[in-house]
Amino acid sequence: MGIKQWIDGWPVYRQLTGPDPLGRGTAAMSRRTEGLTARTEQADAVVRSVCPYCAVGCGQRVYVKDGAVTQIEGDPDSPISRGRLCPKGSASKQLVTNPDRLTRVRYRRPYGTEWEDLPLERAMEMIADRVLETRRATWEDSYEGRPVRRTMGIAGLGGATLDNEENYLMKKLYSAMGAVQIENQARI
Amino acid sequence: MAEAHPVGFQWVMEAKLRGATVVHVDPRYTRTSAQADLHVPIRTGTDIAFLGGLVNYVLTHQKDFREYVVAYTNAPMILREDFRDTDELDGLFSGFDPEGRAYSTETWAYATEGGGSGGEEGGRPGHRGHEQETARPEQHGMGGASTADRPLTDPTLRHPRCVYQVLKRHFARYTPELVAEVCGVPEELFERVAEAVTANSGRERTTAFCYAVGWTQHTVGVQYIRTAAILQSLLGNIGRPGGGIMALRGHASIQGSTDIPTLYNLLPGYLPMPDAHDHPDLAAYVEPDSQKAGWWGNMRAYTVSLLKAWWGEAATEDNDFCFDHLPKTTGDHGTYRTVLDQIAGKVKGYFVVGENPAVGSANGKLQRLGLANLDWLVVRDLVEIETASFWKDGPEIETGELRPEEIGTEVFLLPAASHTEKDGSFTNTQRLLQWRHKAVEPAGDARSELWFYYHLGRLLRERLAGSTDPRDRPLLDLTWDYPVSGERAEPDAAAVLREINGVGPDGALSTYAELRDDGSTACGCWIYCGVYAGERNRAAARTPRSEQDEVALDWGWAWPANRRILYNRASADPQGRPWSERKRYLWWDEERGRWTGRDVPDISVDKHPDYRPSEDARAQEALGGDAPFIMQNDGRAWLFAPEGTLDGPLPTHYEPTESPCGNALYGQRANPVLQTYRHPENPLNPADGAPGADRFPYVFTTYRLTEHHTAGGMSRTLPYLNELQPEFFCEVSPELAEERGLRHLEWATIVTARTAIEARVLVTRRMRPLKVRGRTLHQVGLPYHWGHGGLSPGDPANDLLAVVLDPNVHIQEAKAASCDIRPGRRPRGPALLDFVAEYRSGGEGGARPADRVHEGQSARGAEPPGPHEDGAPDGHRGNGHRPPAPSRPDRRGRKRDR
Repeated sequence: MGIKQWIDGWPVYRQLTGPDPLGRGTAAMSRRTEGLTARTEQADAVVRSVCPYCAVGCGQRVYVKDGAVTQIEGDPDSPISRGRLCPKGSASKQLVTNPDRLTRVRYRRPYGTEWEDLPLERAMEMIADRVLETRRATWEDSYEGRPVRRTMGIAGLGGATLDNEENYLMKKLYSAMGAVQIENQARI
Repeated sequence: MAEAHPVGFQWVMEAKLRGATVVHVDPRYTRTSAQADLHVPIRTGTDIAFLGGLVNYVLTHQKDFREYVVAYTNAPMILREDFRDTDELDGLFSGFDPEGRAYSTETWAYATEGGGSGGEEGGRPGHRGHEQETARPEQHGMGGASTADRPLTDPTLRHPRCVYQVLKRHFARYTPELVAEVCGVPEELFERVAEAVTANSGRERTTAFCYAVGWTQHTVGVQYIRTAAILQSLLGNIGRPGGGIMALRGHASIQGSTDIPTLYNLLPGYLPMPDAHDHPDLAAYVEPDSQKAGWWGNMRAYTVSLLKAWWGEAATEDNDFCFDHLPKTTGDHGTYRTVLDQIAGKVKGYFVVGENPAVGSANGKLQRLGLANLDWLVVRDLVEIETASFWKDGPEIETGELRPEEIGTEVFLLPAASHTEKDGSFTNTQRLLQWRHKAVEPAGDARSELWFYYHLGRLLRERLAGSTDPRDRPLLDLTWDYPVSGERAEPDAAAVLREINGVGPDGALSTYAELRDDGSTACGCWIYCGVYAGERNRAAARTPRSEQDEVALDWGWAWPANRRILYNRASADPQGRPWSERKRYLWWDEERGRWTGRDVPDISVDKHPDYRPSEDARAQEALGGDAPFIMQNDGRAWLFAPEGTLDGPLPTHYEPTESPCGNALYGQRANPVLQTYRHPENPLNPADGAPGADRFPYVFTTYRLTEHHTAGGMSRTLPYLNELQPEFFCEVSPELAEERGLRHLEWATIVTARTAIEARVLVTRRMRPLKVRGRTLHQVGLPYHWGHGGLSPGDPANDLLAVVLDPNVHIQEAKAASCDIRPGRRPRGPALLDFVAEYRSGGEGGARPADRVHEGQSARGAEPPGPHEDGAPDGHRGNGHRPPAPSRPDRRGRKRDR
């Protein structure tokens, strides 16, 4: 380390000689801080997205590194939000990276007192079996003499953060299986 | 708006910087009020009186935009002689059947040249015997009845039975004095609002109304919106820049969830679900709309294209395009009806997907009792929400009403993918579709709903392969061959969007005008047709705002046809000229023979303003070039609704179901056709004047906080947000705190006939006592985000609510109900039930209820909580020393003391 570099390392010297006389900016910056870069600069990819909370539809930019979300910021290009996010939108990285998020299927058997593990494939098979059993047991060909071709034994309630494509497949499949009691947050 | 839609509120601030007057009408003083020029505290549940006052002000002072009103609204239409208004019938309209508690809408129709009613067979009756519980405004209201006879009109608006004169008489009683009496808004404050609204409306200026969907959560919710629509139509504020009525919806794709509905009464694009009685076949299903003028006249093309999208080659002309594959409805199958059917044991299986009804729906106890009586329950969410865990730690476990060992519900809790972990589109509150690109793969077993439903459908179809049972045909014939990719076999969301958009012989369709009724086009949602025009995903359009004007047609895609302001034909006068240079938006270019301007025209682009339909013209061709409201049979905005609503052709003030006040206008207190369900766990607080009403002397309303989201599933698990809003609280005025002995930061218990909950007390001047009908009325404010799970457990405010619904749309009255509030924590365990029972039975008055209280007490062996007439603290207050809710030691599986 040269003498100049050593002297430059003193914040007080930088403060007295540099452009930061109040010592609240570059003069006070440590070597460690100097070496830091923003997560937004380190990202492997920036992906365009939309905030999942209210219905304003603020643009988001999702920063990804090594296959994980490292930061979510407002999209300045959006004519709706002009780069802004509210407290919830700003917290949405925590929504998606939250360690409390479920990653495994939880199963509670009838009269059970604890959750149990269940492989996803097994859960899907069991759910398909339940649907067909219930449909068979509760099928109505007619109601008050009119054809209805439905089951009143299966109901659904969806949230309003589902994608259009998801809602579409849901309505299509439910209708084909004969379920009519299909509802959404939109009514609540 | 600043609280619940903060980033949208920046545009209100922009308008304010340009000189706009901002008025905020809300029971509470909020961050929005802080930025507004005027804050108007209002008694919750009285908005029709307030808006009706504005309508009356406009009509009395002749502030309506007369040319617009005559040309573009149904003000000149003449009504039948036998129509009777609420003034004559003490709060009822003609056609009321007191036994069935329903209206026949026959007398609400226009008078016609042929002397008929204007509708087929005297108007389409609102109800028939088997439809007593059915609200089907989608069927009734699609643009009006198909009419062969032309309605009688009076363009001078002088005929005593023309809509304009009827409106004038109807709202004449909504004077500033009445507004003050009903809403608690002082006359001078009301007049300042009226002056601001009218001074900023007309040829040169426009006024916008923004509402959050709390407006819909009343037993007269639809009529709230109708009142605003009447006002805005009278002022010429629809279809013009800076005007409109903006619904600030509360979820990322709640608009999309309505357009492509997971709703029982709708198919995609607002087509009704077929009804077993009315729609035996495709012809009967499309017939009522096919005869109409306007775009609903193409009903058969929309329907056949949907059936082709779902059942592909199996759908042919010969088999009615598989219309019989659709299950049929028979009345009300709404979410609250379903929950009661769960409790009754009729519903066995339940999918709950990204929703938390155990906290978010009215009367959460009913919800949880329903969940506890299922055979199986599938919950899909990001975290373990209360709806998934009700069987081990729900409020009924604490009270001993339910025990895990006795709940037979099999629960599958499946992890869901987040918004960054899948491709797909949201439709925001402006009808704008915006595509999200997948950033990362979901972890572990987490999957998108697209994955779950695609693979569930695949499994069902595999299991049924080879079945000859006709009931399995709809599943086996279904078009279900979506391309999948990756090791998880994720379906391609863009392929689904393309199916929604629709395809014809030449690939993706460009507009719904291309849809045909012969089976040559397939389209999953006709109003979304064009989002994939030219085989390009237009929802993903992202031209930066700096590179286009503020209409921003190349950012996302708005239905229909990428139009950004609906009914924008109304921004020009009947001849096609802008109403003013200042408010220029769309106009007719005579030289080029087409509509031009900054937006996509909301009228056929080459339809001349002078175009008049021939006698045999149909659908959109049957509307003139001067008719902006192209979804309506008459092309006009409806000041008076000759059909489409079940509770009246005009809005009129009724009190909320639970209100400590009588109706200042009529003997009829509440909406005469409001919908409710009788159930022992859904009792109502006695209304004004009934014995026991004084036990619930206060009004509460529920709302959102900036830092939380709805039932908490997306916010109560986030440390940042819980630091910002760490605890459930209630807002009360200093005056109410004084009256009831409530102390800031200590506990209060809020009680209704359903239950009692506890909250930290926030004593604040943001809540203001109102002078209503000569007395002081106190309101309590409750955010509704909390439940027993997450990082900040708290009681759910929605548990206080009864299930009482708007008859048109079955939405619950969540924004206005009566309650009591008292200091201290609520009782724990079985004592809570006794405490509430005391309130319930006390409300019925007389000797018998007292006996019942006694029985209840002895049966449960609990100490009577004591009535509160003297306002003095009672035994209950001692509960304030109990341990806080999160560490309830006795909540699991404890049997009730006996």
